[in-house]
Amino acid sequence: MSAAIGQGHTETPAISVDGVTVHYGDTLALDRASLSLGHGRICGLIGMNGSGKSTLFKTIMGMIDPESGRVRIDGGPTRQARRAGVLGYVPQSEDVDWDFPLSVRDVVMMGRYGRMGPLRLSRRADREAVDHALERVELTEYADRQIGQLSGGQKKRAFVARGLAQEATILLLDEPFAGVDKRSEATITRLLKELAEAGATVLVSTHDLHALPGLADEAVLLMRRVLLHSSPAEVLRPENLARAFGLDITPTEATPTEATPAEVTLTEEEAR
Amino acid sequence: MTVFEFLFEPFGFDFMLRALATTLIASVVCAVLSCWLVLIGWSLMGDAVSHAVLPGVVLAYVVDAPFALGAVAFGFLAVGLIGAVRDTSRVKEDAAIGIVFTSLFALGLVLISVVPSHVDLNHIIFGNLLGVSAADLAQVAVLGAVTLTVLVAKNRDFTLFAFDPTHAHALGINPRLLGATLLGLLALTSVVALQAVGVVLVVAMLIVPGATAYLLTDRFQRMLLIAPAISIACAIIGLYSSYYFDAASGGMVVLAQGAVFALVYLFAPRHGLIGRRVATRRRQRTRARV
Repeated sequence: MSAAIGQGHTETPAISVDGVTVHYGDTLALDRASLSLGHGRICGLIGMNGSGKSTLFKTIMGMIDPESGRVRIDGGPTRQARRAGVLGYVPQSEDVDWDFPLSVRDVVMMGRYGRMGPLRLSRRADREAVDHALERVELTEYADRQIGQLSGGQKKRAFVARGLAQEATILLLDEPFAGVDKRSEATITRLLKELAEAGATVLVSTHDLHALPGLADEAVLLMRRVLLHSSPAEVLRPENLARAFGLDITPTEATPTEATPAEVTLTEEEAR
Repeated sequence: MTVFEFLFEPFGFDFMLRALATTLIASVVCAVLSCWLVLIGWSLMGDAVSHAVLPGVVLAYVVDAPFALGAVAFGFLAVGLIGAVRDTSRVKEDAAIGIVFTSLFALGLVLISVVPSHVDLNHIIFGNLLGVSAADLAQVAVLGAVTLTVLVAKNRDFTLFAFDPTHAHALGINPRLLGATLLGLLALTSVVALQAVGVVLVVAMLIVPGATAYLLTDRFQRMLLIAPAISIACAIIGLYSSYYFDAASGGMVVLAQGAVFALVYLFAPRHGLIGRRVATRRRQRTRARV
């Protein structure tokens, strides 16, 4: 694809979120959020709990239809991207039932389902892809363990392996470094960089601000809308972090609905 | 009485053979379905749907339509109403389930009391295993075969849905469709099982085997074998005890399932109460030694 060449402005973005608004009941979750991400880039997504990170992921995957705005993946609708199997997702730990009677290999194999027939019977290519993915995340010796019997970091690696087996070119990771040991963090970081070098696009939400510059090419500051999309160093400047985590949002917590857009718009204009 | 006589005497009667066949079919189908229900957390939903099919079955009887049709229609109606009450009022889901299914069940009871019939529709409520006709058995066999075929053919998709619907969605597999299919199969299964044990006890057959198997293995594919095996064993034990103690057959089958669950709950090697206590103590002791 021509898109892989350079970071030029003519390139079709891998992920394009354009003015997306989402409400849950009366609660505003995303407010005209816009974001464009090129191929082969790793982007860190920074924001408080409730800033809309998970909602943004769900909207990119097409699980939530935004009230306004639209999402494009590789220039096409999300449905097309899902059919093509390019969208890989690593869920937050809290969203997984770790007592579920599945082995690590079973979970990784689920990455292949989109490529299998309707009965999801694995062929040799599928089994080889799973073995290879397990090897890359260094979980081969744990392949037959029940998924709950892994450490926090191993659990995350298992889900990254699922994305690898899927051969996803767009990876969305929701807090992959939460409760993760150093070795797993290093393994995951190395893997994501390898994937990006091979052309994959990675959007990763994280609270681990120290590790951000070593991981991401760019970063996004989210507070229901995209406050800032820049280099990690720029995003991590205290005055910028304050806008996402600091005082600006206190009044909006007291009145969670209508006050938000005005508040945030104001701060953004002030910054300019 | 020899062992041979003991084992074969009950099934010298046609009605006992039909009872056996019906119970075995219902046991297997319910047990396989129960594996997903207990893992998704749909046990209450199983309870609700299996009760809510009652008015559908009665109405189907009145207009001389297949029971399955009425059951599936009311099964979906129940699920739709539960979702509507939950999403459009401040009532929580468990209350919504309780309100909807008891109302529909009550409607079924009222319909039974006003519908003139030469078939005792009370048998739907408590089951009438020993009165299963050849036609009833044929219907159970067809419904059971259809349900089981879909469950087995799509078992990996259902497991994916139960484990990670978001990932299913990301792969272009529609999780809502999978959920709706499971609920439809649940309604069909209720029809199969109410012949055997009646509406009231269907929920036991839809929960207990899966829950028991869940305590015995960490592999879903094995659960799909263990649950029906347990269920078949309980059906046979239940029928024999029903025959020899001259007791309610449906009740005996469910009682056997409850007893097996109790044993597994206590003695399962890994996830049983005692096994876990022993493992904890052993860990403490090794730690103390270190």
